[in-house]
Amino acid sequence: MNGMTLIVKRITQLMMPSIFMLGIYVIVHGHLTPGGGFAGGVLIAGSVVLMVLAFGSEEARSSALKWRASLWESIGIFIFWFLAILGMIQKGPFFANVIQKLYPGSPGQLFSAGMIPLCNLAIGIEVAAALFAIFITLAVMKTGEKQ
Amino acid sequence: MILYILSILLFLIGLYGVLVKRNLIKIILGLMIMEYAVNLFFALAGFRQGGTAPILSEDAGSQAVFVDPLPQALVLTAIVIGLGTTALLVSFAVRIYEKYGTFDVRKIRKLHG
Amino acid sequence: MLPFLVPLLILMIFGALVALESRDLLSGIISLGIIGFALTIIFLILQAPDLAIVQIIIETLTLVILIAAVLRTSREDCTESWGMRKAVVAGTGLIFTAVFIWKFIAILPYMPVFGEPQLRMARVYLDSGLTMTGAVNLVAAVILDFRAYDTLGEATVLFTSVAGVVAVLRTVGRKRS
Repeated sequence: MNGMTLIVKRITQLMMPSIFMLGIYVIVHGHLTPGGGFAGGVLIAGSVVLMVLAFGSEEARSSALKWRASLWESIGIFIFWFLAILGMIQKGPFFANVIQKLYPGSPGQLFSAGMIPLCNLAIGIEVAAALFAIFITLAVMKTGEKQ
Repeated sequence: MILYILSILLFLIGLYGVLVKRNLIKIILGLMIMEYAVNLFFALAGFRQGGTAPILSEDAGSQAVFVDPLPQALVLTAIVIGLGTTALLVSFAVRIYEKYGTFDVRKIRKLHG
Repeated sequence: MLPFLVPLLILMIFGALVALESRDLLSGIISLGIIGFALTIIFLILQAPDLAIVQIIIETLTLVILIAAVLRTSREDCTESWGMRKAVVAGTGLIFTAVFIWKFIAILPYMPVFGEPQLRMARVYLDSGLTMTGAVNLVAAVILDFRAYDTLGEATVLFTSVAGVVAVLRTVGRKRS
């Protein structure tokens, strides 16, 4: 898959940080505005996919970035599971929102709602890494190549 | 009520694609259409007349009318799972093409080791 | 905005028919994009902004994956006739569709009218969601506090599908055919 023309490459270089920051904003403010972990995660994955599409798969294959997509995905699920166990350790049911009971903030502020922003971060990392791994495997790799 | 009937019609069109078509990619398209129809049906069942999005804000007060948040939570999960299912089906289709050289389901008969 | 729902649904049905009946696979896939983007507008009309954000990005990613797969392999539809099998396929399809429609018509009087849902379980979520969880966004409170187990299941399913895609499309450790 070749890259695109120079205009597309320049515009992508300008737009990709904005889309990335929008994705991070949607994840972090998931408990205040519409969005949350899933929407922010797919936005981040979409911005990285845009970069790979504009610059071509040869550039992506030969660049010095090491794709640890599956490693980050595992880290995301592990953090989510750890937050669930945390509720159980504090003698509540599985997934109890213990941080809300210990450190409640005022509703409507960024620091509120206990465990929900942390869960949003874990889900965002996991969904972004998973979608990026799917795209890299299907559209960039030639079959028979070691990943 | 006609909205429910139209979304079930969309589901039946997807079912026609899965049952009748010979090309593997057309079968995958039929499955995706069925998935969109089911998500649409769920979201239609949760709408409330005159309601707003279920986000509390200070100027709305505590007596505002909200739409049902439970079908929205279910459909949110279902959309992302749909992408995972489609990706797995497409990877199978690419593999089958490399082994057999065709997408026709009538010609994919023998097992190749 | 509610009168726009019926024309958008008719547009989706039209796009689905074009996607399934086109001779070229690439134009069929692009017609599928019509259905996805019309669904995004319908989600916005139905006051569900979370669903609209997720649906439009995932629709674009699905189109990219499908077009990449089709351009790697072949672009044409199969055009041979069914032959003797046509009667069996048509008969089975018609029986299945008839049973489905019959059962759906039997259920239709019991469904709530569009615009007045029952809200049996959501009444608790709407009334005391803020005091029980502290989150202002009630959909996020439902996904991550009241029904967090379903979200754990979803993360597991996504993980499994990624593992499947990576395992199917590599030949390291496999005999050369």
